[in-house]
Amino acid sequence: MADFWKRFSRNRGAVIGAAILLIVVIVALLAPILFPQSPWRMVQRPFLPPLTMDQYPLGTDAVGRDVLTGLAHGAQVSLLVGLISTVAALLIGIPIGALAGYFGGWLDDALMRFTEFFQTVPNFALAIVLVAIFEPSIFSIVAAIAIVSWPPVARLVRGEVLSLRSREYVEAAILAGQKNGTIIVRQVLPNTLSPIIVLASLMVATAILLESSLSFLGLGDPNLMSWGYMIGAARTVIRQAWWLSFFPGVAILLTVLALNLIGEGLNDALNPRLARKGR
Amino acid sequence: MGEPVLSVENLRIALPEGADRPFAVDDVSFELRAGEILCIVGESGSGKSMSANAAMGLLPDLVRPVGGKILFDGSDLLRLSEAQLMDLRGRRIAMIFQEPMSALNPLLRAGEQIAEVFEAHDLLTPKERSARAMELLEEVGIPDPEKAARAYPFQLSGGQRQRVMIAMALALEPEILIADEPTTALDVTTQAQILDLIRNLQEKHSMAVMFITHDFGVVAEIADRVAVMQYGKIVETGSVDEVLDNPQHDYTRKLIAAIPTLATDRARGDVGKQPVLEVDGLCKTYVTGGSLFGRNRRVVKAVQNVSFTLAEGETLGIVGESGSGKSSVGRCLVRLLTPDAGMVRLGGHDMATLSGEALREARKSIQMIFQDPYASLNPRSRVGRIIAEGPMAHGVPKAEAYSNAERLLDLVGLDTSAIDRYPHEFSGGQRQRIGIARALALEPRVIIADEAVSALDVSIQAQVLDLLADLKEKLDLALLFITHDLRVAAQICDRIAVMKEGEVVEIGPPRQIFTNPQNVYTRSLIEAIPGRERELAAAE
Repeated sequence: MADFWKRFSRNRGAVIGAAILLIVVIVALLAPILFPQSPWRMVQRPFLPPLTMDQYPLGTDAVGRDVLTGLAHGAQVSLLVGLISTVAALLIGIPIGALAGYFGGWLDDALMRFTEFFQTVPNFALAIVLVAIFEPSIFSIVAAIAIVSWPPVARLVRGEVLSLRSREYVEAAILAGQKNGTIIVRQVLPNTLSPIIVLASLMVATAILLESSLSFLGLGDPNLMSWGYMIGAARTVIRQAWWLSFFPGVAILLTVLALNLIGEGLNDALNPRLARKGR
Repeated sequence: MGEPVLSVENLRIALPEGADRPFAVDDVSFELRAGEILCIVGESGSGKSMSANAAMGLLPDLVRPVGGKILFDGSDLLRLSEAQLMDLRGRRIAMIFQEPMSALNPLLRAGEQIAEVFEAHDLLTPKERSARAMELLEEVGIPDPEKAARAYPFQLSGGQRQRVMIAMALALEPEILIADEPTTALDVTTQAQILDLIRNLQEKHSMAVMFITHDFGVVAEIADRVAVMQYGKIVETGSVDEVLDNPQHDYTRKLIAAIPTLATDRARGDVGKQPVLEVDGLCKTYVTGGSLFGRNRRVVKAVQNVSFTLAEGETLGIVGESGSGKSSVGRCLVRLLTPDAGMVRLGGHDMATLSGEALREARKSIQMIFQDPYASLNPRSRVGRIIAEGPMAHGVPKAEAYSNAERLLDLVGLDTSAIDRYPHEFSGGQRQRIGIARALALEPRVIIADEAVSALDVSIQAQVLDLLADLKEKLDLALLFITHDLRVAAQICDRIAVMKEGEVVEIGPPRQIFTNPQNVYTRSLIEAIPGRERELAAAE
């Protein structure tokens, strides 16, 4: 573990990314304490520019809501949607990939054609359709994001499992009389963990972007303030009030950048071949 | 012997912090004289390749020379600029590597690769280059050089690839040829041919050859002088006769003693016991690349009509070169592969036709030890779990399985504290012991060892072979020992089966196989064993 941190921290970008993400997470967790008021409440005159009143350093939006409060509460929604939908996507993708890769044959063919069916439909279009059918709510958004983002997971896991299943320790487990389920869970999957973790960190970033895009189009959960919603609501007034789309935009940019940097750092730290090269 | 052409003086190469020792090469001095073959021998990690790479300026980034000199033609190679080194490389000092497949560019035809050497040094016209390439291919004895020049590396055999490498190295008539384990990846008959070739070319061009190897058999075949390395230091140098026949240093003696000898007196009388494993008419054919319309189908008959029996307490060796089907036989027996035809009778069952639960049960009595000690243990499981997993899958309670694992670790000569550690904390030999403990955990009657010692250094190999022989006695196991190494087979086996192209061509006790082989192929295999002539001469 100490070794892992040493290798992770050698990548300076990854450390910066982790620091940014930590700040975002803290803000999201402390939002109800720091900004106890509802982000939907009107607090001042509309279109108050940033840095004009100490109380509202980022100004107010078209109906006089505090932008800073909105950002903090939006962080909660964005991170939550990112994390939960990624976990859900992993829960769909890993079993499908593992079964396809381990058993091969017709099961592999069937599962991979099924996966391709999802891959051939453009992600975002499918997500819009799903959310529109199920009515926008936090659940339907998470479900839609998970449904469009599991195929790469299944593909990755299948590839890894394919190469691992012919390893000698897997053969030894077969000879030792272990059942297929045990072999997959005990011998194969733990060794696919590194690439999955890396992919997952990047998927959280994509999920945040997807949620923002959906909210931008007005398909977000109407009861929850999110970064995408803020940008979407501000798009009509972008020439009069630049700050309304600028600050949530920066928040999305930084969070996604942080997650990508972390993903890269994890890749370096978890990939022993690269690590050996640098040693 | 001639003048020294390359002299290494007090060379010291530092390893990065955190390595197992501070210096890869520590205060090493030796001379390479014109017209001689100097063998540098050592086990893995002894620093033998590092010394050669330093001369070529090919050290890895974090490993750097910190002291000493490598003098060549009046200049110190360690102080030359990259441009000066580039001019020397290939033109005056050439190198050949262990794995010709990865040393050749897979996308260039053999002829083009050789011509590229001239191009790199800006010599000759394109037309002359390809003509020269053809001459060189002819010189290194490739059959049908014109065809070989047009072939891509994957279309050539291992031996032919190594010949192309040698042709590239010879292209500019270098004064020094550095050969880093050039025959290790080759079959024994091919190895003999390549050694001959290097020997002949060395004499013809009067080059100095620095030959790096771990194999004393190869040393006996080719060396004029020998330097033995251990832990980055040269422990002994001398002429080949001095070192092999009268080694001075303890380590050299230990290494030479660890080499399995061919002179075998194993002729056990008690082998006629009950057969525990009977194999009858085993066949396995691989079909690859078959398209929908059946074109380009490649059919490989890996195992053809193989029959043998294995008695209780017997060790049967299956030897053969790569592609002879020896591993396929082993995998068919444990049903990692399903044979197309034939019977494998073990304890009243036919292993070849069982499936599901019955197969799972039957496999308890036939277990396998694998070749690669690094790939055969799950890197994310603790050693205790690795050994206990098998019995637990068969319903043994966890506590009992773990205490049994402790007993097994003790039995294979490891400390019982190993149980809580991960495989990467162990050396290759220790890992192989863990693999043996795992195979024993199910109390099998037959163990199949598939190249179980091939990846190990010779001294470790000797220890593991001793352990296997010892365990076999104690537990009354039958052992099927699959190997490409005839020396190892001679040492451990009661009977040897020689395989070629999927068929068993000869089977018999080692004495008969080695002194009076009946089959032509067996004879060519035996004759190709490196160091055999010297050993026979010494025995008389």
